[in-house]
Amino acid sequence: MECVFGLVGKGFAIVAADTSAVNSILVHKSNEDKVMVLDSHKLLGASGEPGDRVQFTEYIQKNVHLYQFRNGIPLTTAATANFTRGELATALRKNPYSVNILLAGYDKGVGPSMYYIDYIATMHKIEKGAFGYGSYFCLSMMDRLYHPDMSIEEAIELIDKCIIEIRTRLVVAPPNFVIKIVDQDGAREYAWRESIKSPDVSMA
Amino acid sequence: MSIFEYNGSALVAMVGKNCFAIASDRRLGVQLQTVATDFQRVFKIHDRLYIGLSGLATDAQTMYQKLVFRHKLYQLREERDMKPQTFASLVSALLYEKRFGPFFCQPVIAGLGDNDEPFICTMDCLGAKELAKDFVVSGTASESLYGACESMYKPDMEPEELFETISQALLSSVDRDCLSGWGGYVLLVTPTEVQEKILKGRMD
Repeated sequence: MECVFGLVGKGFAIVAADTSAVNSILVHKSNEDKVMVLDSHKLLGASGEPGDRVQFTEYIQKNVHLYQFRNGIPLTTAATANFTRGELATALRKNPYSVNILLAGYDKGVGPSMYYIDYIATMHKIEKGAFGYGSYFCLSMMDRLYHPDMSIEEAIELIDKCIIEIRTRLVVAPPNFVIKIVDQDGAREYAWRESIKSPDVSMA
Repeated sequence: MSIFEYNGSALVAMVGKNCFAIASDRRLGVQLQTVATDFQRVFKIHDRLYIGLSGLATDAQTMYQKLVFRHKLYQLREERDMKPQTFASLVSALLYEKRFGPFFCQPVIAGLGDNDEPFICTMDCLGAKELAKDFVVSGTASESLYGACESMYKPDMEPEELFETISQALLSSVDRDCLSGWGGYVLLVTPTEVQEKILKGRMD
């Protein structure tokens, strides 16, 4: 039921994820942010076991920051992806994490890039990718409509089409999605796509 | 589904006249879903030694990193490249170390030894070596590959003919296996040059 998907465009990369936190049949919240901003120019979209997801992504984020503090320069996206894969691979035969990851980043000189890292530490550099039940719909949409060097408008249009497809065709479709973008100006939230607004808790 | 069939793979290596060719498919899948069509399975150890790793992609990536590490150490100590026979023994030993919790990959090793003598071998996931004088195969399409290679192979082929033979054997075999294919990658190594070629095959 959790969906994370993303694509690389002209000078940017986008990662979108659903925002529902679910336990069996109960929806705890519909505004859970699953795309973490690792550092100024990196996004980490993660899906999987909730405890593992938060624990592992925070661990990666802190280590990425530590590298920057120690060495004065940030890690490249490729190095971060390899580090993440290494951590997952080492834990695989001891205490595996059930977290699927889409890592997107922008590096000066290299441009945007995206890495697919699944829960058993298979890593591959990709232009478009998706995890979860939503991937059955998103991957086909992207295969048809994606082309290299898309503009931001075209890419958001494609992301929206994927979200509409998930909402239409997936039986327990998550209602809300968050879209984040990373380009030369940095990693930031781009938009939310909400079909159910979380109720405000008002004091009695 | 067996763990060896989780990602899907096809690998073949053939011996020619003072040359060898090693070829793989390009699909990276997660069971029935195709994730990427440009996945690399054949890796360079040094100019005259290549290893292809079929089976579980995460273990293939981990094995490759361990082998590069060991070979670099060997180069520092011995101040020369490893012979293919020695390397095959190294791979076998590394795999058997994990006898009761193995890496789920089957390597195919191909190299030019002393006097430009081509060397190929394969082994199972526990390191049982199988030396061959003609061809070795591995992966989900291995049964088809055995048949195709047995019928198409001739001893002492020149590089051009060897390239044709291995390409046809690979493409016709992966067409009978739903988990491998989506193109092919062939590496042809002679004492003087290395040619890499991408094959266009059925993309399904």
